[in-house]
Amino acid sequence: MTRFSILDANPIVRLTVNLREEHQPMSRNVANFTDLASKTALAWIIAAMLVIVPAGISAAIAEELAGLATLPGADDPAARGLAIARETEGRDVGFGNTSANMKMILTNAYGETSERELRNLVLEITEENEGDWSLIVFDKPRDVDGTALLSYAHILDPDDQWLYLPAVKRVKRISSVNKSGPFMGSEFAFEDFSSTEVGKYSYNWLRDEACGDRICHVTERTPLYEHSGYTRQLSWTDTTDYQPRKLEFYDRKDQLLKTLTFTEYQLYQDKHWRAHDLFMENHQTGKNTRLVWSDFVFQAGLTESDFTTNALKRAR
Amino acid sequence: MNNGWVVTYANWIIKLRWLVVLVTVAGAMAMASGGQFIKFSNDYRYFFTDENPNLKAFEQLERTYTSPDTLLWVLRPNEGQVTDPKILAVIKEITERAWQTPYSIRVDSLTNYQHTTALEDDLYVRDLVIDPAEVDPSEVLRIGTTEPAIAKRIISDDGTTTAIFATLKIPRDDITATAAPVAHARAIVDDIRERFPDIRIELTGSVMLSTSFSEAATRDLQTLTPGMYVVLALTVWFLIRSISGTIATLFVVGLSAAAAMGLVMGWMGVKLTPPSSGAPTIILTVAVADSIHILVTALISMQKGMEKREAIVESLRVNFQPVFLTSVTTAIGFASLNFSDAPPFRDLGNTSAVGALVAWILSISFLPALMSILPITAKGSLLRQSDFMEKFGEMVIGNRRKILVGMTAVLIGFASLLPQFTFNDRFVEYFDERMEFRVASDWAADNLTGIYQISYSLYAGDAGGIAEPEYLDRLEAFANWFREQPEVVHVATFSDVIKRVNKSMHGDDDSYYRVPENRESAAQFLLLYEMSLPYGLDLNDQINVDKSATKLTITLNDVSTEDMKSIIDRGENWLRTNAPETMYAYPAGQAVMFSFIGISNFEAMTVGTGVALLLISGCLMLALRDLKLGIISLVPNLTPPIAAFGVLALFSTEVGFWSTFVIATALGLIVDATVHFLSKYQRARSEQGKSAEDAVRYAFSTVGTALWVSTFVLIVGFALLAYSPFRVNAMLGTMVAVTVACALIIDFLLLPALLITLDGKRKTDKIAKADPEPGATEAPAPA
Repeated sequence: MTRFSILDANPIVRLTVNLREEHQPMSRNVANFTDLASKTALAWIIAAMLVIVPAGISAAIAEELAGLATLPGADDPAARGLAIARETEGRDVGFGNTSANMKMILTNAYGETSERELRNLVLEITEENEGDWSLIVFDKPRDVDGTALLSYAHILDPDDQWLYLPAVKRVKRISSVNKSGPFMGSEFAFEDFSSTEVGKYSYNWLRDEACGDRICHVTERTPLYEHSGYTRQLSWTDTTDYQPRKLEFYDRKDQLLKTLTFTEYQLYQDKHWRAHDLFMENHQTGKNTRLVWSDFVFQAGLTESDFTTNALKRAR
Repeated sequence: MNNGWVVTYANWIIKLRWLVVLVTVAGAMAMASGGQFIKFSNDYRYFFTDENPNLKAFEQLERTYTSPDTLLWVLRPNEGQVTDPKILAVIKEITERAWQTPYSIRVDSLTNYQHTTALEDDLYVRDLVIDPAEVDPSEVLRIGTTEPAIAKRIISDDGTTTAIFATLKIPRDDITATAAPVAHARAIVDDIRERFPDIRIELTGSVMLSTSFSEAATRDLQTLTPGMYVVLALTVWFLIRSISGTIATLFVVGLSAAAAMGLVMGWMGVKLTPPSSGAPTIILTVAVADSIHILVTALISMQKGMEKREAIVESLRVNFQPVFLTSVTTAIGFASLNFSDAPPFRDLGNTSAVGALVAWILSISFLPALMSILPITAKGSLLRQSDFMEKFGEMVIGNRRKILVGMTAVLIGFASLLPQFTFNDRFVEYFDERMEFRVASDWAADNLTGIYQISYSLYAGDAGGIAEPEYLDRLEAFANWFREQPEVVHVATFSDVIKRVNKSMHGDDDSYYRVPENRESAAQFLLLYEMSLPYGLDLNDQINVDKSATKLTITLNDVSTEDMKSIIDRGENWLRTNAPETMYAYPAGQAVMFSFIGISNFEAMTVGTGVALLLISGCLMLALRDLKLGIISLVPNLTPPIAAFGVLALFSTEVGFWSTFVIATALGLIVDATVHFLSKYQRARSEQGKSAEDAVRYAFSTVGTALWVSTFVLIVGFALLAYSPFRVNAMLGTMVAVTVACALIIDFLLLPALLITLDGKRKTDKIAKADPEPGATEAPAPA
């Protein structure tokens, strides 16, 4: 039993109960009965999760979790920061492959907006020191309908990227170290939403603090990729589900450039959290981009053959 | 004796002299204490009102694309080309350090230019120079001078000069925000200069323009204002030869300037700019005139044997009304600057107007009180000057016909020169060679690129429409047309980007260096290209968010405002003839704003000057209670600016927007001499029943000395502004000085001749009849 599952699950129970109490102040007796019922139910759920979830996780993950039971203390912030990142990654291990729809809403300093629609397929790569594979199909704007981007993410080397251009019916390989430019003119850089592997950064835990109605670990992470657009990032990872809640991006002169806020989390397959609303605000230009995810499908039946240059052409 | 209440007032001032000094000084100091809140404006946009259409277009462009604030390091090795590996290493170093500039959002240089190449279906996008030691200099030179995006902008055709551009997004609400980036940029310059004495490096860009405004203002306040104080002290002492009188005068002017600056700039929170930093100098100058009139009359009376207090009372009696009148007219003149379309000049006008009024209050309260405290001895020199004025008066009376004809001919001659004037507002030339910005910008323009730019946001009709071949084709034609214009140095256009990408998408086949065949291809190529660009080198500075418009920017050489307007007109004409209606665009840019600053202020100030003239003439007629004298007074009030600009026309027919403020500023001052002369003339005619000739003699002998003394101070004061490194202030000061000088000549020659000729026939008794209570003519405004 880890310190985290016990201590951090409890506040949620209390919170849920409190909410219920507030919402039903009129009929006291019924409320009490419901409270009792829900408390019992929640206790069962938690108990079940404590048994089922660890059982479903591979031995390697169990090891990692066990490591977390002794999450390094504040006297070793680097190790503590790394452990937090490992925990986040560990909790998403085994998602296998997913497909989802993505909508981007771009807003300039003038308040003018523009939308992009894409589909995103991801294949989990379990090999150590390799990033996931992804295939992004562009649906809107109309002019780029059917254009598809295939990426093999690497930890410290430039990603391998191919783009299929239906207008000329050709696959182009992009040879560029750049992952830091705006993705489709948005405030997201490709590196901002491509897979976050632990090995991409070095870590330094700073503090724990309240974030919304949760407690977050605040960790500073420094990109190890030479051509990253950032000097560092500050990440807020909640202590309950170990999901990112907020990310701050600092530019090359170490000035706050952007803030990314993650909301609308949903749990898939009892294990995999996905934020459905990612709001990126550029503090320097006054522009922002909202990224809205929908229609997540886990274990979508994708295999490596769906992530090849040949598959790109069929992606539409 | 008439003006009985002024005498009572004067005696009362002398009686309560200590209290008066204490209260007035305390009041002025309270106003001046606002000085601690004074802040400089670091924004050239402050020269434009929010309603200014050119500013609106500029800000719309800024919000749609990226910030227009730039810093530009221009460097040129004394020998050889910038593609030499050693120089490339320096460029790369500056590029990396430029990224550290506070508020920087983009850096463009020869080394980080994103060069696109293709090998079959592989697209390579990378820095043009990754390792300076391993490049082929001739290849870098070839690419640099042939890629339209950087040729002639980042690197000169001969490869000897290069620039590193940093784009900054400076917060608009923080007026001190430019200090940090400028300090960083200058530190780079200093460091490179020290380590590489063989490389010349200069710093320019719009951020430096903004900084130069505040630095010029600081410089004016630090050098001109104290300088003016010293000049005033010496001049006043030399003219009145009384140390106590000089000290008293310096107190009056110093307190007036400090109180006005403290009140308007401090308590009312108006931001200090180069034009308004001229206000203390102007107030010192204007305020001294009041004091001199009161002092000189008192001193002359003392020399004629009057006791000190008696002389002070007499001086107040004689000068109360004219000093009030001149202060009000001066304030009206300055206040009319509120009609200006350039807020810094409104601030200048308001501060100076407040200063003129404070000076008036101090001159009739603090000054006589202090004089009665301080020991004052009058020396003989003033009398001699007075003798000279009387002789001068005789000469004018004797030669009045010749003077009348001669002066009229000269004035008509000058007037005929006026239509030649044209506006020229090259903002680089607002600063003289003492300012780093001017030297750097001139040098950069000579060797690489100009600073004057015009941008057009060209709309494509619908979202994503910028990929439409017809649009790109029109865009390219527009850019090519601009490239044929002699004034144009460089054109940055999206059509060049898409042409290059199209070529790369076809294995770098030169025959594909053209607009893609269809919209989908262009859009998809663009998507691919954008994806491969790094942070800060994206296309968001030239494509809007829904890809419905692109920004085309032309860089011009050192063009005049007329040429600028001409190319704007021709550009508009081209669009109307050759482009669909959706593509019509309003030109925007700093250069465009400053091109129209002359004409917009000319229109505004024509009204403002007219209103000031009406008000001032009205005041004059009301005070003189004589329509005929009022009409005659228009001549010496209106002709000096004509004469002054006539003199200027002999040297140059190009004027900046400063010229629109000359008349309004000078009007309140030149009226002063007329007021003093006419009030003495009228007093002699009505009080003493003298003939026109004798009244002129009386005016010369009583007020002649004070007039040329105060005019001399005005000339020195405004001429001192000529030493401002901010040429707008320098030219305004020079022209006001010339105008005031012309006014004195006209007051001393043309006005007496006119009076004798036009007013001489009027019989003295008729005046007396028309004005049964002579004292009423000099009844001052309510106490």
